[in-house]
Amino acid sequence: MSVDLFLPAFQTIMTGFQLTLVITLAAFVLGQVLALPLALARNAQSPWLRRPAATYTFAVRGSPLLVQLFLVYYGLGQIEAIRDSIFWPILRSAVYCSILTIGLNSAAYMAELLAGALRQLPPGQVEAGQALGLGRFALLVRVVLPQVYRSVLPAIGNEIILVMKGSTLASAVTVMEMTGAARTFVTRTYAPFETFLIAGAIYLLLGALFGKVFGLLERRVAIPGR
Amino acid sequence: MSFLALENVTKNYGDHEVIKGVSFTAEKGEFVVFVGPSGCGKSTLLRMIAGLEDITGGDVQIDGKVVTHVEPALRQVAMVFQSYALYPHMSVFDNMAFGLTMVKTPKDEIRRRVNEAARILQIEPLLDRKPRQLSGGQRQRVAIGRAIVRNPKLFLFDEPLSNLDAELRTQMRVEIARLHRSLGVTMVYVTHDQIEAMTLADRIVVLRGGIVEQVGTPTELYDRPANIFVAGFIGSPKMNFLATEVASVAPGALTLRHPAFAGGTLTLDRDTSGLAPGAAVTVGLRPEHLHMDGPATLSLTVDFCENLGGATQIYARPDGGETITAVAPGRPELAAGSPVGFRVAPEHIYLFDAQGKAIAAPR
Repeated sequence: MSVDLFLPAFQTIMTGFQLTLVITLAAFVLGQVLALPLALARNAQSPWLRRPAATYTFAVRGSPLLVQLFLVYYGLGQIEAIRDSIFWPILRSAVYCSILTIGLNSAAYMAELLAGALRQLPPGQVEAGQALGLGRFALLVRVVLPQVYRSVLPAIGNEIILVMKGSTLASAVTVMEMTGAARTFVTRTYAPFETFLIAGAIYLLLGALFGKVFGLLERRVAIPGR
Repeated sequence: MSFLALENVTKNYGDHEVIKGVSFTAEKGEFVVFVGPSGCGKSTLLRMIAGLEDITGGDVQIDGKVVTHVEPALRQVAMVFQSYALYPHMSVFDNMAFGLTMVKTPKDEIRRRVNEAARILQIEPLLDRKPRQLSGGQRQRVAIGRAIVRNPKLFLFDEPLSNLDAELRTQMRVEIARLHRSLGVTMVYVTHDQIEAMTLADRIVVLRGGIVEQVGTPTELYDRPANIFVAGFIGSPKMNFLATEVASVAPGALTLRHPAFAGGTLTLDRDTSGLAPGAAVTVGLRPEHLHMDGPATLSLTVDFCENLGGATQIYARPDGGETITAVAPGRPELAAGSPVGFRVAPEHIYLFDAQGKAIAAPR
């Protein structure tokens, strides 16, 4: 093991840090935004909403993220209608494809968590709101979501770390985030151990940071009492 | 004109009819209690009044207006739930103010109403706390407070005390009665606890299997039950029932045969129309109406006794018959296996026909 390689490895890997952060945060936000409507559809009374949502979460959670990434990045370009569409400038970019795929993947997992939390909410809470004169939207925003998100906050903190780890797969479709940068450094130096030791440490610190942020957030919104 | 009226209300879940043509009225300021065993439809009926449950057939009127298809919020009713249904992420103040906040009530008015309700319910020191920091009784008060601040025309209570312990239940029962007296608003209250029903109600609606068995004041239901079900449901301990048969019928007099009767038969001055020798008649006897003094109506053998402190619950039976419960004041010395006689005043002997309908009601 060559200690001399630690600093250059660190410097090279850090060139991809910003991209890792962008992919992680963008995919996480996308996942959260899509998860709620998916969760609501998952619990809807109408089978026209419920079944497609269930099929989506089943398919996404049941297949590997790397396969999904390849399908989106390499597969969508095979479809002429997509190449001719306004979305092509986005979908031809490996970074955007990574954000989209990881975000869609995260949404499926989060949707199931939210759907479960929605089912756990006592029906009396909604009925009390109805009796107090709240419409559906007001009920959702003022009564349901504050409780649901409090209960799934630990899982959301977990999810951002999973998304960060998922972002490492972006290197498989030419994205030079931290793992991509580490791989190029390895091809130059033939020092995989030193390189990935540094990369792992950076990911660990980043994960710890996310954990800390969500830990503080949990304490901030915690409901006092038994 | 009645303040609350249900007209032939029905409710179906698919092919299953759970409410079977219920009709009843409540006057302004009246305290009405729906009582009945689990699954009899009392909570469903209450939820239909609130608008939380669709009505399959019939109509609901509140204050002269048909509200059958009106949104819950527009019915001017307030409901107190069994689970309290408080919002854990809001303070007590915000929970109570929530309904008013949503209809853009001015802040000063909200504060005034919440503080007034908190004063009535003695929860002023709790306004800054979250529901999880409260005891069961305090949570129930907050749930009632949330209903009070809306100044509803009608209060609906869905088994509000069933999650509380016995002592607190008694205390809250008194509080609710006091609240009704001070507010003077019509209240409809659901319970399966007939003691709650007897102590709180101006009128009781006894339900079974989605139909109304009897409506009346607590005294009417206790003294003149319409059938065996009501007789057995109202009163604690439960009424004793003896399956007897008519031995003989004379004008205005009826003789019944059962091994529990002293001498094997019992003759009563009753209207005997429609009764013939051999007909099945069920005799109902309330435990508190069985006295150990005077000439014995019943001749039994002691099974065992329960010392309740100020009274004794005696379980006794005739030869080969079903157990009869009696409540005697004090602590009579009775050994298991010893004979015991009970006197029952004729007016406290209830009779029911083969269909369970009350016959020849005590005069």
